[in-house]
Amino acid sequence: MAGDANEEREKAQRFRDAALPYLDDVFTLARYLMRNAADADDAAQECYLRAWRHFDSYRGPAMKPWLLTILRNVCNAEFARRGRQESPMDFAEEESAAEVLPMWQEPQTSPEIVLLRQQDSDTIRKLVTALPQPFREAIVLREMNDLSYHEMAEVAGVPVGTVMSRLARARSMLRAAWNVAEGSTP
Amino acid sequence: MNCAECEILLHALIDGELDAGHAREVEVHVATCAGCAEKLEAFRNMRITMAGAGLKETAPARLRSRIEGALPASTARVIAPRQFSRPSRRSFFGGFAAGSVLSAAVAASLVLTAVRNDRDQTTAGEVVSAHIRSLQAGHLMDVETSDQHTVKPWFDGRVDVAPPVIDLTAQGFTLLGGRLDYIDGEAVASVVYQRRKHVINLFVAQRLGTERATVTTTTVQGYSVCHWSDKGLDFWAVSDLDADELREFVQKISAALHPAGPS
Repeated sequence: MAGDANEEREKAQRFRDAALPYLDDVFTLARYLMRNAADADDAAQECYLRAWRHFDSYRGPAMKPWLLTILRNVCNAEFARRGRQESPMDFAEEESAAEVLPMWQEPQTSPEIVLLRQQDSDTIRKLVTALPQPFREAIVLREMNDLSYHEMAEVAGVPVGTVMSRLARARSMLRAAWNVAEGSTP
Repeated sequence: MNCAECEILLHALIDGELDAGHAREVEVHVATCAGCAEKLEAFRNMRITMAGAGLKETAPARLRSRIEGALPASTARVIAPRQFSRPSRRSFFGGFAAGSVLSAAVAASLVLTAVRNDRDQTTAGEVVSAHIRSLQAGHLMDVETSDQHTVKPWFDGRVDVAPPVIDLTAQGFTLLGGRLDYIDGEAVASVVYQRRKHVINLFVAQRLGTERATVTTTTVQGYSVCHWSDKGLDFWAVSDLDADELREFVQKISAALHPAGPS
């Protein structure tokens, strides 16, 4: 009995060392998938509980994509439960600017809009939050979670080719929205 | 290569995911196509701007403690702070009773020492784990500054202690910043220093291991660990520095805590 308890505690320690360093990554993806902080908290916690339950069967390869895959499943299950209704986004709470922007226009290709001026982080967050799935997810996995294309494919459960076309589309959308936001800020 | 192909592949180029052959093809196309060249430049800038904007979120401390709390307690948790581990005390007593050579008083003092050492070993393991986590996660500092007057107030309200934050830059130990960490589910303050390329985590908490008036040094998984208590606080310094250099660091901290007298 005591041996079992010790084993369990050692396992818990191994889990802490392996999984907790990625809590910020998990929370970041949760924040963008759920689009508000309270739901992100719940999703991240549920993700770690599930990861802990399946830690025995975890064989790698890498902890971060494994956790993000679980997180993604948790979020999808929650959306299914709610009947696919996404929560209102709270990054845009203070200002509704991001919501009314025409996000999905084709990127402007006029050569004068070559350089993107520095946008502050809050604006970028709002623009990313306003992207539709699965493009939002592609941006977050690449730019914030720093995953490779291969890992992104693993997390999203799609071929690498799909990852590439989604990312290209996502960046075009983001760039278009970005340019609009630039134009609207004095 | 046509523009449609290039539009997809230029992202892979930016992300460093393209093999040399394809990268060359993209570059050749971009050299002759103003539209694609403009896109490559714009997306590259966008990526750099996003990377510099600090977009990754930091998980709230309460979320971290909730997750920690849901896991089975680690080995140190069973041995509650400042209490004695019951199973090991019983087994020790059992051993001594069978021998019945030593007087109860001597036995008790030996047991105390044994249990204290046992507990400190466990805590040392936890502290080293926290040190390793801090290096792995790219989350070494919550507050990043070499200014001690910025680091110290940052801890206010985040932990229940006011850790001394001492700038030892002039003495070869650069103050990098501070971080809130969790050891055994408890919030502890970590003041982060650097010597050459070596990071030192100085964990400060009200109760973390046995109270020790003098500095004890151990090595755990190749990391040097120094532990001592001062002014009602427990200090644990961890680094991959060798033990002598870490002791030098500890002496400088101690000396700064007692500016008047010798340490």
